[in-house]
Amino acid sequence: MIVAKTGNEAMAYAMKQCRPDVVAAYPITPSTEIVQIFSSFVADGLVDTEYVPVESEHSAMSACIGAAASGARAMTATASQGLALMHEMLFIAAGLRLPIVMCVASRSLSSPLNIHCDHSDSVASRDSGWIQIFCESSQEGYDSVIQAVKIAERAYLPVIVAIDGFILSHCMERLEILSDEEVSDFLGEFKPNYSLLDTKNPITVGPACLPDSYFEHKRAEAEGIRQAKGIIEEVIEEYRKRFHRYYPVIDEYQAEDAEVVVLAMGSTVGTAKIAVDELRAQGKKVGALKLRFFRPLFSEKLVASLRKFKVVGILDRAEAMNSYISPLATEIRAALYHQTEKPLIVSYVYGLGGREITQEDIKVVFEELIHIKETQKVKDEVSYIGVR
Amino acid sequence: MSKLVSWQELPCGAIITDTKRVLENKTGAWRSFRPVWNKEKCINCLTCWIYCPDAAIILKDGKHQGINYEYCKGCGICAEVCPKKVQAITMVKEEK
Repeated sequence: MIVAKTGNEAMAYAMKQCRPDVVAAYPITPSTEIVQIFSSFVADGLVDTEYVPVESEHSAMSACIGAAASGARAMTATASQGLALMHEMLFIAAGLRLPIVMCVASRSLSSPLNIHCDHSDSVASRDSGWIQIFCESSQEGYDSVIQAVKIAERAYLPVIVAIDGFILSHCMERLEILSDEEVSDFLGEFKPNYSLLDTKNPITVGPACLPDSYFEHKRAEAEGIRQAKGIIEEVIEEYRKRFHRYYPVIDEYQAEDAEVVVLAMGSTVGTAKIAVDELRAQGKKVGALKLRFFRPLFSEKLVASLRKFKVVGILDRAEAMNSYISPLATEIRAALYHQTEKPLIVSYVYGLGGREITQEDIKVVFEELIHIKETQKVKDEVSYIGVR
Repeated sequence: MSKLVSWQELPCGAIITDTKRVLENKTGAWRSFRPVWNKEKCINCLTCWIYCPDAAIILKDGKHQGINYEYCKGCGICAEVCPKKVQAITMVKEEK
């Protein structure tokens, strides 16, 4: 069915179709509508979910952890300071290997206070052990929530599905939605390995782990998220076969014969594709890459894709505060380190706090990248797009 | 102490299904003071049993039977809550 929905409406609708047993949430701009709409689904009896209106995001994640440990399908939504307030509990959810799915409407972090889009919130949760999906459109946000539930429950890991705050969360789009039955058939019932409520088989969840075994648990957790790559690709493929919608982990646009490309996450990829079209019309060999998963980082695929280009501009919607270069660029440079043939990696920070990025801005970046290709010299380690 | 295993052998998410295993983790060595129970003075009110943060007060047929030093960490709560008129538990310095 084709409908018109905002990103937040799309996420809430996808959550409803995934039929979570428990949703515990606290509203925060720009994700407020996700839980607001979802709570109205509960109130109207359209979904049989236990909705827990908590007093903070820390409690929202705590309640999701309790619910997931008891074998429930648990979901929440948040953004920015809310995600930051969950920070402590994010590690616990991942360490306990609980398949919680969280919708995030990406937003900057205070201070100074700003409610608009950037990726600082999710990027700051980078090492928490959560899988992180960044979506280019509300359609991808909708489809990703459904995929995320299946990925989480197969990999036994929590998943963040991020749409860009306001840019997608409040913008109405044409959306193709599946029927409730199609989503139910795709996901099936969640059958947890263990449950706190199974009194015949009591378990201990969250035991103390002293120096003699904590390290081993973290090593196993790291392996879990590494192994999730295979599960992710299986789920994406199943979704493509069933519903004919395909979102590869790395989406190459006009990249086949490109020499110079930009790589980005989220809605900016769409803007970059338009810039690519305009420059291609002028005969320039440029392309765009979309990285869909920030965690796990598909480093082997990234290397295989990036090796063939001369210069790659990494567009980061977050600042790493004097890391050598911006967050995503750091990771991609590290992934390429052992390659003998590799592109020059140029780091760009853009769009903090909702600063607009246009195809004109990206065309300027492409001009710089083409100049770098000709001179083989990167002047600034980090450049800032559109800052005065 | 149970056998230490490699990371590949650990249960997913550190879930413990064998909940009796906690008994293997003897925590009495943490103690610097030990409670000493006086059977003659004890009125069997079981306040110490209620307040003990572990399960170190040994109980049999509803009667106080002494203190399990394999798990008692010497926190002193039992001596503290023992009624002032009774004083059946006193804390003494643990000596090697």
